Amino acid sequence: MLLKKHHIVEKNVFFLILGIFMTIIIGGIVEIVPLFTMEQTIEKVEGVRPYSPLEQAGRNIYIREGCYNCHSQQIRPFRDEVERYGHYSLAAESMYDHPFQWGSKRTGPDLARVGGKYSNAWHVAHMIDPRAVVPESIMPGYPFLAERKLNFDDAQAHLETLKLVGVPYTDEMIEAAKADLYLQASEDAAYDDDFLARYPNAATGDFDGNPAELTEMDALVAYLQVLGRMVDFTTYNPQMNLR
Amino acid sequence: MSQGSMAQAASPSVAVDYNMDVVRWAALATVFWGVVGFLVGDVIAWQLAFPVLNFDTEFLNFGRLRPLHTSAVIFAFGGNALLATSFYVVQRTCRAPLYGGRALPAFVFWGYQLFIVMAAIGYVTGTTQGREYAEPEWFVDIWLTIVWVGYLAMFVGTLLKRKEPHIYVANWFYLAFIVTIAMLHLGNNLAIPVSFMGAKSYSMFSGVQDALTQWWYGHNAVGFFLTAGFLGMMYYFIPKRAERPVYSYRLSIIHFWALIFLYIWAGPHHLHYTALPDWAQTLGMTFSIMLWMPSWGGMINGLMTLSGAWDKLRTDPVLRFMVAAVGFYGMSTFEGPVMSIKAVNGLSHYTDWTIGHVHSGALGWVAFVSFGAIYFLIPVLWNRERLYSMRLVAHHFWLGTIGIVLYITSMWVSGIMQGLMWRAYDELGFLQYSFIETVEAMHPYYIIRATGGLLFLLGSLLMVWNVYKTIKGDLRNEAPIGTPATVAAE
Repeated sequence: MLLKKHHIVEKNVFFLILGIFMTIIIGGIVEIVPLFTMEQTIEKVEGVRPYSPLEQAGRNIYIREGCYNCHSQQIRPFRDEVERYGHYSLAAESMYDHPFQWGSKRTGPDLARVGGKYSNAWHVAHMIDPRAVVPESIMPGYPFLAERKLNFDDAQAHLETLKLVGVPYTDEMIEAAKADLYLQASEDAAYDDDFLARYPNAATGDFDGNPAELTEMDALVAYLQVLGRMVDFTTYNPQMNLR
Repeated sequence: MSQGSMAQAASPSVAVDYNMDVVRWAALATVFWGVVGFLVGDVIAWQLAFPVLNFDTEFLNFGRLRPLHTSAVIFAFGGNALLATSFYVVQRTCRAPLYGGRALPAFVFWGYQLFIVMAAIGYVTGTTQGREYAEPEWFVDIWLTIVWVGYLAMFVGTLLKRKEPHIYVANWFYLAFIVTIAMLHLGNNLAIPVSFMGAKSYSMFSGVQDALTQWWYGHNAVGFFLTAGFLGMMYYFIPKRAERPVYSYRLSIIHFWALIFLYIWAGPHHLHYTALPDWAQTLGMTFSIMLWMPSWGGMINGLMTLSGAWDKLRTDPVLRFMVAAVGFYGMSTFEGPVMSIKAVNGLSHYTDWTIGHVHSGALGWVAFVSFGAIYFLIPVLWNRERLYSMRLVAHHFWLGTIGIVLYITSMWVSGIMQGLMWRAYDELGFLQYSFIETVEAMHPYYIIRATGGLLFLLGSLLMVWNVYKTIKGDLRNEAPIGTPATVAAE
């Protein structure tokens, strides 16, 4: 019986290490590798695009401040969640998220489809003092975001790195990265067909009520305003993606 | 092979030049980081009850302090407890000094402390990868990899030099912990830095693949860092303290291999009902339920080791810590499989129930078994006759236990309540509660939880005092525990 043979690994360190390694490697290989190879893992949908430089800068601030510790970005296919937050989340919607920010806790509400639900002014007031707009809120205040100039002038390097890990930024997007960063927060963006072609559905204009300066608040709100708004669910047919 | 003789093999009669310096440092670091981790945890618990405590500053807000808390308790407190006990146990059960002379063990210890400090500075300044329990950025990850290679070399080198024919069961668990953490750390932290002069990097994976990689890592940080390593601790210190052999050698073999095989598969239960494909979710759930068995195999082996020595629980609060820890281990490894069932998870996920579950494991199992080991080690390492005070250990035990009970019961209530409120409908078919109403309802439970955490923190301060006095060489004049306080009247 196998138990009788166990003294072999008990007496030889290398057999023991080999045994351990063979035992622990299997589960990960069986579960993770197919996710990269099976085509059905990510649904085919229209509209999901890489983040604009300003949105990506906002996303980095979202990560920096640890928003994921209290907010999920993943709506489950339950009646109450779909009514409260909107259509359940698709894998495709986070396929350009490096890293994913699905979260694991809802101390605050889910943010997967917060884009377009509130005005820019609401977000800014809420970030500066959450209890000014939601008296019962327990969210920390982030007034410093509105006072700090956005430091993302190396946007091009960020987009290049993201392209390296698989986000389909075009050469045109990378070249225009820094210009697009400032453009999106100006009133001109809404009339710039090239920008809108690169980043359809992007929220544009001044976000933080201070057009003189591009702040971290501008970036964060730009990111929040695009969350969940890329896929047009009026044309989405889940039957096409039966998994 | 008799497990009993192995545990006894640590008899100091054979003159081996053990390297105990590094064990002493790591034992003190365990106590220090424990207090830091519990303190930050309690601070953020109060922040959830009273948000004004975030002070609107970037360095002290919940979002940045929460990773500081989780990493301080898991990697700083738990990690140092694992370093201290593995350094000690591997030497004693091999009857060989640590491999690598004085330099390699010292490098592992100080290199690990540097990792902790770099990670902590990163959290407070917002330098983070945004992956739970794997927040440190790429350069910190590379440093940890170097330290970890040193740790593996030191541990395996010591095993190779052993004077005992068999490798003792505690060392299987420590070895599985070291090897698996290496694999998980490398797999989950694959990222490309934006610039080699800057801290920011982007994960090589995205979305659904990134999510499963992260929870493959995250769940097995629990499985191997907080479980396998601490089971190693259990397998040495409980037999030692109870002066009984390990209950079953066969059970230790079966549950060891079953545990490390099954744990790896359980990660997807963190992603139930998400955009992760159903087959992966179901696989994760199935293996999580199966995991109940080897987990309880370990619990049974630990508890049954007390056979014939149960009376010691009355008189030895150090053993009480270890045995209560195994009890909490059994409880949370039952709760875990229950919560991994999709129907249950639909309610529990995203709520405080998860937080309560984690803490019954982290406070009840990890911290309690570490406290037991520390109380065992301190007099041994400093050649003291006994601890300064056993009564203080008993007080610590009860403060800690009441703290845990307050913590997990309040989180059960708030978690289940919030889950039910989210899905409640009124008679007209509308959602009954707005989100913010559920937040408001949490308030009393957050206060109870933070109070429980405060008791746990106070208990750990008693430990600091006891450790300090023991090392100083003081002995408190007190009646041994278990003797009646007053003699019954005629």
